[in-house]
Amino acid sequence: MSTQKDLPNGVTTQPLSSVALGTRLLLIAIVVTGGAVAFFYAGGWLSPNELTPSRLADTLELVGGKHPGYRRNHAKGVGILGYFESNGNGERLSTATIFRPGRANLVGRFSLSGGNPYAADSEDAVRGFAMQLTTNDGEVWRSAMINLPVFPVSNPIAFRDRLLATRPDPKTGKPDPSLMDAFTKRYPETIDAGKIIAKRKISNRFANTTFNGLNCFYFINSSGLRMPVRWSLEPEQAFESADKALPTQDQNALFDGLSVDIRHMPLRWHLIVTIGTSEDQLNNATIPWDDLHERVDVGTLTINTIQDAEDSQAEKINFDPLVLPPGIEPSEDPLLSARSAVYSQSFTRRSGETREDHVEPAKPEAKGK
Amino acid sequence: MSSQLNQKRKGNNMSQTPQKYTLLARLLHWLMALMIISTLLIGVAMVSSLKNYHWLMSIHRPLGIAILLLAFIRLGNRLWNPPPPFPANMSTQEKMAATLSEYAIYVLMFAMPLVGWAMLSAARYPIVLLNTIELPFIFPQSLKWYAFLRETHTILAYLFAFIILSHFTAVLVHTYVIRDGLLTRMSLWPSGKSSSVASREDYSGSSSAINGHQQANPPNVS
Repeated sequence: MSTQKDLPNGVTTQPLSSVALGTRLLLIAIVVTGGAVAFFYAGGWLSPNELTPSRLADTLELVGGKHPGYRRNHAKGVGILGYFESNGNGERLSTATIFRPGRANLVGRFSLSGGNPYAADSEDAVRGFAMQLTTNDGEVWRSAMINLPVFPVSNPIAFRDRLLATRPDPKTGKPDPSLMDAFTKRYPETIDAGKIIAKRKISNRFANTTFNGLNCFYFINSSGLRMPVRWSLEPEQAFESADKALPTQDQNALFDGLSVDIRHMPLRWHLIVTIGTSEDQLNNATIPWDDLHERVDVGTLTINTIQDAEDSQAEKINFDPLVLPPGIEPSEDPLLSARSAVYSQSFTRRSGETREDHVEPAKPEAKGK
Repeated sequence: MSSQLNQKRKGNNMSQTPQKYTLLARLLHWLMALMIISTLLIGVAMVSSLKNYHWLMSIHRPLGIAILLLAFIRLGNRLWNPPPPFPANMSTQEKMAATLSEYAIYVLMFAMPLVGWAMLSAARYPIVLLNTIELPFIFPQSLKWYAFLRETHTILAYLFAFIILSHFTAVLVHTYVIRDGLLTRMSLWPSGKSSSVASREDYSGSSSAINGHQQANPPNVS
């Protein structure tokens, strides 16, 4: 290594000593490895215990069973079409064009919680309603709501742990109470939410069910004011308690009832916006906002068409709760980004799958929420 | 052309240095390197994070589209201003490997954002860039196509990261082991950031050789 090396273009370099050469190669190896490690670190490969969207979707599959081509939660559902008619009351709250008086297109989906699309309808399964509202100028607002008054947990890790704790024991077919005890000890903040949920009144049909957005968002109005809000859909159809009239023979009692109701006459819900105050916890969906809050009825949702689940427009949509028009923004509630991430994960998985023919009879299934 | 003008301008300021890419090419290279590496890191980070998914996604999308726009400018500039020759000590195989990896990077600079855009279009996600700027859909609505494009986007991202790391490794070896002044062609600062001062100074007496070499070497992209 002592001869000079003449490069063809006239560049002449002193040869490196073996030590210098070794050092340089080593340093290069370290730098390049560092770059690769940074990439793997960013991608979460070095933190196997971190809860990721993929691992949360895996947990949903574990609890609800694997059903190719279906959503990982709220797998059982039916698509609907209709429209939203704004009354203009929301204009002072948000610049979103959906609140200007007039009509917007509605594609929606009624569903029950859990990963099994063939589960028998039950009155205590969580009912979901997802909607996509599209205004004439193309603004899109998606929201997925449920019939619980508050969310049982405040963050995605607790959600995962609750899924595992409420999983039916293969022997008894019922959740193991000791697991639930351990869960509430670990997450004492969920006890109050659990009590509120247990006390809720359950209606006998989808048509007379109230759906709540639960997570807090911000409405931004034309003077730039940011108001914390939650929203709900309140039915015009009169409440009837579930303990009166939910037939137990029919596996699809709720969905069949919905189909009959929509074919009989269009169903209507009022979109109610509840305005938060400085005293409210804005990032915790387990805490209810009381009746003293200002409530604004911003318009009416009319549902006039039911679509077969297999090829409905709703099946092509991921009802990502963070698809929001200008004038509506997410709060820092950790559930929101987590929902967006997991919905996307579920959407990606089911999009690439082909549904299997259903042969086996429906099995009792876990409650997903 | 302007790369030669560039060469002359440098030559007036100081002793002569190896031929560089045009200033625009160098600026685009480093700016886009930063943007592409950020977008790749943000991409892998957001899909594995519940907490940061949403805000990282809202950066990832406009960054990707900005890369697509800059890629058009960069390709145009490269076609208009052929790159300077490789150091003459590089073997034909080395030059071919380097050229192929450059082509692959060019293809990926277009393919990554376009696949991302198409996949969001197939899924009918509103493609919002900055609050109110929304891109049109460039692909028909289809779940099957969405799934395919989404998978492709991931595979291309890993490939891109691998090629960038290989490119980075090759340049480090050339600059600090072979010391042929390869990096000088792309450095932003006038005298180049080569490891050995000697090798740079040794370029000075040989500008005619370099110029002669460029005439002998066809441009990399034609």
